[in-house]
Amino acid sequence: MLLILGMSIVTYLPRFLPLYLLTKMEIPEIVVAWLRYVPVAVLSALIMPGILTVDKQLAVTLSNPYLLASILAIFVAYRTKNMMLTVSIGMVAVLVWHAYI
Amino acid sequence: MPMQEVLAGAKKAVPIVLGYLPLGFAYGALGRIAGIPLPYIIMMSLMVFAGSGQFIAVSMIAAGSGVISIVMTTFLVNLRHLLMSASLSTFLQEIPRKVLPIIAFWLTDESYALACGELREQNRSHYYLLGLFGTAYAGWVMGGTLGGLFGGIFSSAQATLTMEYALYAMFIFLLVIQLTEKKLLLAACIAGLLSLVFYLTIPGSWYIILATVCTATLGVTLEKCQT
Repeated sequence: MLLILGMSIVTYLPRFLPLYLLTKMEIPEIVVAWLRYVPVAVLSALIMPGILTVDKQLAVTLSNPYLLASILAIFVAYRTKNMMLTVSIGMVAVLVWHAYI
Repeated sequence: MPMQEVLAGAKKAVPIVLGYLPLGFAYGALGRIAGIPLPYIIMMSLMVFAGSGQFIAVSMIAAGSGVISIVMTTFLVNLRHLLMSASLSTFLQEIPRKVLPIIAFWLTDESYALACGELREQNRSHYYLLGLFGTAYAGWVMGGTLGGLFGGIFSSAQATLTMEYALYAMFIFLLVIQLTEKKLLLAACIAGLLSLVFYLTIPGSWYIILATVCTATLGVTLEKCQT
């Protein structure tokens, strides 16, 4: 419960504060520049260990289903800009890998 | 008519709901498999309402991470909403201030993208926006509840591995659509590499936070040096 409460607070503040306060004050330029990097950095930091390792071991091989599915997902995301399509094709790729390899 | 406006907004949210139902289901099912009680699974969807944050929390709970590191990671992952919230504020100058806290709570990547596209073309009332954002919220909570209830059926290793991949596919999508500048592509490469190295060398779940903070700081420093 404490965890859920903590998560809800840290999730709500970045959603709420800019929307509410931005008409009243300016965010310093250096903070804006720093924040600009956060979304892409955190996403990449989440993705890479997840798709390049298996059981805390580097796994850049064909026997890693997430790696193959991700190469496909990157391509689909780039070409279609469609989240549902990217997620479904990625999941189907993992399923197919399990069925055939 | 307010009700008509709400319904028009709700209709606009249908594609988001179609995406949230299966994704929410996967979250609920993984939560169930990780041994989280159903009321907590639903409560998290109701109170946090952040797909990526909830997925991460579930996988970190399953891995036995501490509360502080889970909350910190959630914070960093959801920090991206700061920029969306800031950009959305420019469209919502005319909206009654009392609904802003609700719209802010319902702000997600998908509803932001949809609402911005709409508001750029024409003015929409707050009824319309509440209908749009609220429907997406309902879809997410429903998906999570269904997953928590029936997700136990998919407890085979293969099904879990496939559902867990939904998270990475979603992250990949969100990352790819944001790589609009060369410096951001470079930042993504550095953050990915750092995160991988930290993950393999530092015990615990701090690698995501460390890699993100290092990358953003390095990026700003390089920018300052150039000018």
